[in-house]
This record gives sequence, C-alpha cells and structure tokens, in this order.
Amino acid sequence: MAKRIEVSDLNIYYGNFRAVEGVNVSIEPRSITALIGPSGCGKSTFLRSINRMHEVLPGARVEGKVVMDGQDLYGSDVDPVDVRRSIGMVFQRPNPFPTMSIYDNVIAGNRLNSKRMRKAETDELVEKSLRGANLWNEVKDRLDRPGSGLSGGQQQRLCIARAIAVEPDVLLMDEPCSALDPISTLAIEDLMTELKERFTIVIVTHNMQQAARVSESTGFFNLNGVGQPGRLIEFNPTEKIFSNPDEKATEDYISGRFG
Amino acid sequence: MTATKAPTEPPAQQRTVRRPGDRIFAGSAKGSGIFILLVLAGVAVFLISEALPAITASSEDIPGGEGLAAYIGPLVLGTLLGAVLALLVATPLAVGIALYITYYAPRRIAAVLGYVIDLLAAIPSVVYGFWGLAVVAPKLVPFHQWAADTLGFIPFFAGPASTSGRTMFTVGLVLAVMILPIISAISREVFSQAPALHREAALALGATRWEMIKMAVLPYGKSGVIAGAMLGLGRALGETMAVAIILSGGAGATLNLISNSNPSTIASNIALSFPEATGLDINTLIASGLVLFLITLVVNMLARWVVNRRADFSGAN
Amino acid sequence: MSTETPLAPAGASTAAPTPGPVRTQRRLPRFAPAGLFLGGLVVGGLLSAVTGFSLVLAIIYGVVLGTLAVYVVSRSVEGRRKATDRLVTSLVTSAFGIAMVPLLSLVYTVLDRGLARLDGAFFTNSMYRVVGEGGGAYHAILGTVIITMLTALIAVPIGLLTAIYLVEYGTGRLKKAITFFVDVMTGIPSIVAGLFAFALFTLLFGNAIRLGLMGSVALAVLMIPVVVRSCEEVLKLVPNELREASYALGVPKWRTIVKVVLPTAIAGLGTGITLAVARVIGETAPLLITVGLITGTNLNPFDGRMATLPVYAYYQLTQPGTATQAFVDRAWTAALVLIILVMALNVVARLISHFFAPKTGR
Repeated sequence: MAKRIEVSDLNIYYGNFRAVEGVNVSIEPRSITALIGPSGCGKSTFLRSINRMHEVLPGARVEGKVVMDGQDLYGSDVDPVDVRRSIGMVFQRPNPFPTMSIYDNVIAGNRLNSKRMRKAETDELVEKSLRGANLWNEVKDRLDRPGSGLSGGQQQRLCIARAIAVEPDVLLMDEPCSALDPISTLAIEDLMTELKERFTIVIVTHNMQQAARVSESTGFFNLNGVGQPGRLIEFNPTEKIFSNPDEKATEDYISGRFG
Repeated sequence: MTATKAPTEPPAQQRTVRRPGDRIFAGSAKGSGIFILLVLAGVAVFLISEALPAITASSEDIPGGEGLAAYIGPLVLGTLLGAVLALLVATPLAVGIALYITYYAPRRIAAVLGYVIDLLAAIPSVVYGFWGLAVVAPKLVPFHQWAADTLGFIPFFAGPASTSGRTMFTVGLVLAVMILPIISAISREVFSQAPALHREAALALGATRWEMIKMAVLPYGKSGVIAGAMLGLGRALGETMAVAIILSGGAGATLNLISNSNPSTIASNIALSFPEATGLDINTLIASGLVLFLITLVVNMLARWVVNRRADFSGAN
Repeated sequence: MSTETPLAPAGASTAAPTPGPVRTQRRLPRFAPAGLFLGGLVVGGLLSAVTGFSLVLAIIYGVVLGTLAVYVVSRSVEGRRKATDRLVTSLVTSAFGIAMVPLLSLVYTVLDRGLARLDGAFFTNSMYRVVGEGGGAYHAILGTVIITMLTALIAVPIGLLTAIYLVEYGTGRLKKAITFFVDVMTGIPSIVAGLFAFALFTLLFGNAIRLGLMGSVALAVLMIPVVVRSCEEVLKLVPNELREASYALGVPKWRTIVKVVLPTAIAGLGTGITLAVARVIGETAPLLITVGLITGTNLNPFDGRMATLPVYAYYQLTQPGTATQAFVDRAWTAALVLIILVMALNVVARLISHFFAPKTGR
C-alpha cells in the first residue's frame, strides 16, 4: 500500500515567481523522510506540491514531474482531488471539523465523498483508525462528543486518524507538533514510528532533533539569497546528514551557525 | 514557512480536470452574482422605460399642467428639506449616543444599551407614521406657535403656525428618530475600533476622558461617522410611509417648515397618488421615482467612496 | 473607564493643593455632579411650572440647568480641563436619554392604543362585509405571512449563492463589481423597489395587474442585498484551515462548501436571514402600489390583490369609515401585531445564533 515517490526537476511557481527550484529526490516507501531548513525556504511549498494542495492558492503551478509508483500526479488527465484521496495531509494546527463528533470526524473523508458504508463497516473503520492513531482508549467512550472538545495533542491525533481512515498511500505532515506540548509531541513521534510500517511518511519540521529521532532520510532545503527560489541542497540518510553531511551549508545549519 | 509572493495573473494555468459537480455549483454561484447585476440594471431600465412617456409628453398633459420639471421640482425640495433636517438633528445625537455606549456607559450594560438603540431600527416605518401623527404632531404644536412668534423672521419659520402640527418640521424630527440607529450603529463600530494603543497613549499623558476621545477616537471615527450620516441621509430621502401619514402636503415649493401648506416628498407623493392614478399620471409618478432613485444612488455611492477613500488613511482596520 | 486618580482626600473640596512630586488637584466629591444635576432638574421643573407646566419643557429646562450647574461648579473647583470633561459627560449622557424618549413613547403609545382590539376576533375575522365595528386582520396577517415566505424563497437562494460566490470563488473585476453594486442596492428606497416590480409586471402583463407575487418581487429586491452582506460576513469567519482539511482529504470544492463551510456557518446564516426577513416584513410602500388591499381573504399570491398587515393598518387609519373609532382601533392593533412580529423575529434570530453555534462540549 505504501508507495514510492519520485520527484524529477520540480519547479514550483506562484504566478511568475519561482518559489522552489529544481528538486530531484526519491522518497522510499515504508519510511519516514524529514525535510528541514530555515524558514521560508520552500519546504512546506514542496510538501504541498506532492498532494497538489498548493493549487488551492490561485496562480500556483509546477513544472517537472512527481511520479508515485509509476503514475505522474500532474498528468493532464489527473484530477487533483483524486491525488489528495491517495495522499493524506496533517497540518500544523489541529483542525477537526467543529460541527462533527469525534466519530464523524474520523470517517469524514468517506462521508464527505458520499461513500456508502453500513454502520458495521464505519464502526470498524473508526476503531481501526483511532487505534492506529493511538487515540482509541482515550475516546472510545465519547465518540459522539464534538471533536473540538479534546486537548491539542488529542486533536492532532484525531486529525491523523482522520487522515489514515481513507487509507492513503502516503502521509504528509506539515510541522505536526509545532503547536503541541513536549509530551504530546513525543506521543506523536512514537505514533509515526508505528505508522511507517503501513505508509510512506514525509514530514516537514523545524525541530532538528525531531528529524534526527524519527526519520530514515532527511532533505535539507535552503535559499541562495533573499528573493531567490528555495532549493534542495542535500538529501541523504539521516545519520549521514547529522554526522557527516556532504554540503557545507548543511553542516552550517546543523551546527546552528544560521537558521 | 512557505515562500509566497503576490501573484499576478499566471501566464500558464495548471492544466487540470474540472469535475461536473464543481462546474455546476461554481456556475450557479457566479450566476447568482451576475443576476444581481442584471436586477440592478433592470431597475434602471424598467423605470426609464415606464417614465419615458411622461418625459416626452407635452406640458399640459402632466398633472398640474405645467410640465414635468414644475411637478417634480417642489417634490425634490420637500424631500431634501425633510431629509436634511433629519440629518442635522440625528447626527449629533447619534454621535453622542455612540460615544456614550462605547466609552461612558458601565461596561456590563453597554451591549444591552446598544441592543435597545437598535430596537429603534426594527420598528416598521408605518408605525412611526402612526406615532408621529398621534403623539408627536400634537405635542409640537406649542413649539410651532412659539417658533412662528419668536423666529418668524427666518424663512424656515415664517408663520402662520399649523394648528395640527402636521408639518415638515414634525416629519423632520420623526425621520431623525428613524435614522438615528443607523448612524449610531456605524459610529459605535468605528469608535470602538479606535486603536487601543493610541487611546492608552493619550491617557498615559494625563488626558481626561474627553481629551482622549478628542485625540485618539474622533480622528479615526470621522470617516465612519460621515459614511453613517450619508447612509442615514439616503434612508431619510427614501422614506415613504411616515411622511405620507404625518404630512398634510400637496402645496408647492416653500421653505416654511411650520405652516399648514407643505410640499410633499417624492416618495410619499407616489404612495398617496399611485393607487388612484391612471394613464400618464402613472408614468409621471414613475418619472419622479426615477429622480428619487438617482438622488439616493448618488448619495449612497458618495458614502461608499468616502469610506473607501479614508480607509487607506485612517489606519483603523 | 475611569481616568480619575484621587490624590486629594475625597470629600474635602476645600483642601488646598499640597506640594510634592505629583501635583494634586482639588476634586468634587463623588456624588456632587449627580446632586448638582438633580438640583438643576428640580429648578427646571419649578421654572416650567411657573410658565405653564409641561413635562417636556420641565425636562429640557432641567437638563440644561443641571449641565450648566455641573460645569460652572466644576470649573471653579477643579479647573477648566476637568470641567470640560464633565460637560461632555453630561452632554453625551443626555443624548442617550433623549434617544430613549421616542422609543419609550412609541412603545407606550402602541401598547396603549393597540390593546383595545387585541382579542380573538381580531385574529379570526377579515374585513369582508364589515363597515363599522368588529372585523379583524385575519386576511392581512395571512397575506403578510404568505408574501413574506414567497419573498424569502426568492431572495435567500440568490443572496446565499452570491455570498458563496464572493467568498469562495470570486476574483477580480466581477467580484468588485458585484460587491459595489450590492452595496448600492442596499440603498434603494422601498418605493422605488415597488415601482420596479410594477414596471416589470406592467411590461409583461399590462397596466392593470395586481398580484401578491409583485409584492414579493419588490420585497426580494430589498431583501437580497441584506442577505448577501450578512451571509458574506459569516462565511468569511469560517477558518480557512477547515477548508484545507477538507481539500486534503480529497473532497471536491463544492462538497467542501456544502458539507463543511455551510454547516459550520449555519448559526450565523440563520441569524442573518431571520433579521433580513424582519427588515422586510414591515415594508408598506412597495406593497401599497403593487398588491393593494382587499377586504376579503385571498391566499393565492398568483391571482389578484391580497391584504397585508402594514397596508391594512395604513388604510384603517387614513381612510376610516363613519365609525371612525373602530377603524382607528383596528389600525393600532394591527400596528401592535406588526411590532410583535418583528420583535419575535429578532428574538428568534438571537436564539438561533445561541443554540446552533458549533459547540466545544468541554
């Protein structure tokens, strides 16, 4: 189910402005890939281009290829909506739907697309997803309460459950822990290590220690200068990035000389 | 986090598939918007087409026998008299009320007070007409008498004073009460949005409450008050029923506010004459309605322009 | 918000300023302004009693004298700046008081004169074949309800869809044009909207046409811009993150709007629409010239004139028959019923926003 993603020569534009330049990377299935780098260097833009979320902003477009297990996600006959059904996303701030209960939030991906499922099926899916997100034991007695009544860490795990309930191939996470306290952060990092058995995970993070803890491969993004597009400077196994990186810029960032 | 710069129109759109559901829904939403533009155009077009016979008719055929301009002129004067009087009375009161609610009233009841003032806006205009006729007009008769006696040298108050109180002056006061909530509501909004930073700076300098308001609130609120006043003016210009019920009109053009012979307003004239009108009379009334439409259009567009222009300078968001 | 920092001992209005690092001032005791104002009122009352008593005059004299008293005393004790401040406080408070007078007077008058006929017969009888006493507004009340519902049926879909366009889809010149002209539309006088409906139907059906539907069209022209404005405000308040969450789950845009955005905003939408209905339900002028009035009951908006409450009230008052008092009574009761209807709608609007807002359930 987890798929490989190959990105070749990807340039991302907002109107005439090139935000990200020339990315070439191969993301392995059943692993966690971390993207690090200073603010504003294109990591989130790149992440969003994988599931075509950046197109929500008017004027956004790409040149280049993003291929998932052989299929070009930007082909002329490909609907972005379908892409997003097989690539899930978790955001920086938890955003459960306020008008829905916890139960409804988890299966929102199916309900909103009018997939007809019997009660038994949805019950099963809800339990499976909540267990997968390590949230089942905490909420199993109040599935009909509003999703917004949970704590921040629980809300984020609810969003993760919601994302995995549609059984995507890839899970994208955009700084999922930056709005959470350390204990919740740890809980989610443990969760990620479990989830990578089933999904390909790509995570953008500001927290280098987090990248070092959880990921197998790491990509370092940077800008060449003010107003320049962001570039993927280096992509290597995590251990190598943090102990013996190829590029000097990477080493400077890791050791805190900038960023 | 993400590198974004303001996009202009993109040279090449992302080639993408459009779903039928999206197309239908987006199409109906856009269609509704365009429909509104059509309705507005339609109002102008239909009014003009039905007013045309009156515009092109000869002078004797128009009621009054002296042509369209002579018919509509006094009505315009009446409309303006009542509305301007209402504006002059209502604006200072509304500003005072807005200041009271935002900066003087005890915090806990301020919201309730705002709601109470807004109740004035909820009352239908026909009920204002009833009230004006039954209560206000009789109560103002002594004032009319006094004005004729002491202020009679001013054209507005030349006598003889009406004994029923059903005059343009009374109408002006009732209209003032009717437009009070609009001006006050907008004023309240702008006054409460004056930046706390500047208010606190004034207080830290040792300003009294009034000085703080003068320094930090009124400059920001000026454009909002003006816009509110113009919206109130537009409302007063178009008000029909209250005028139709209170006024004993039908006289020609006069500046006299307190006598028994008052010019009608365009709106109330239409309301009173329309049910019995036939043929060219109807076209004439519609022509006067067109004039009213144009007047209120100009006033409203001016109000919007004032708001938009000063929004850049005021610094308040 | 109080700017007063009592440095001098309160109550001692005769204490001399004390030297020290912070300059102190003399201050009036806390209840002095109110007391002075009250005194002014009393004197005003006496003055008016002398010159021929009238409550209005008494209050006017009282307010003026009270304000003057406070200013003069304050100026001599506390100095010019503080005196000006107190003066403004008096003026501003008086402004509010003055605004309360018409409201209270109006409510009292309508209640006083309207209660006479607030009986069962009023609600169950029309004016069919009634020339004096008796009769009621049954036909008018139903007419108002029917025409208003028809108006809402026209105005709400158009207004809501336009608001959705402006918030979710709109770009560039079309959006600016629509926004501008919706603003302009809010200023159309109600009589002009009535003339428009009249002109439209006359062009299509000839000069003598009178229909309930015409009235609905006129009221819809008045209601649409209100609906657009308030729905637009409410939809803008829905956080963008919810839309993003829905897109990320692979939900198409239109479904996101229908199943996520609208339900989240439903409380605000309901409130805005209810208030828009309350705005048009009391409009008389357009109905006067398009729907007219009848004495019997006609519940079909597509066939001939109907009776509506505001027009009914108007004619009862301004064209009474020989038994004048009966007509006048009915007019005031109709006015009372109209106000109650509008107030009820306002209350419903508030209840909607209270009960249907998304809960946090903690």
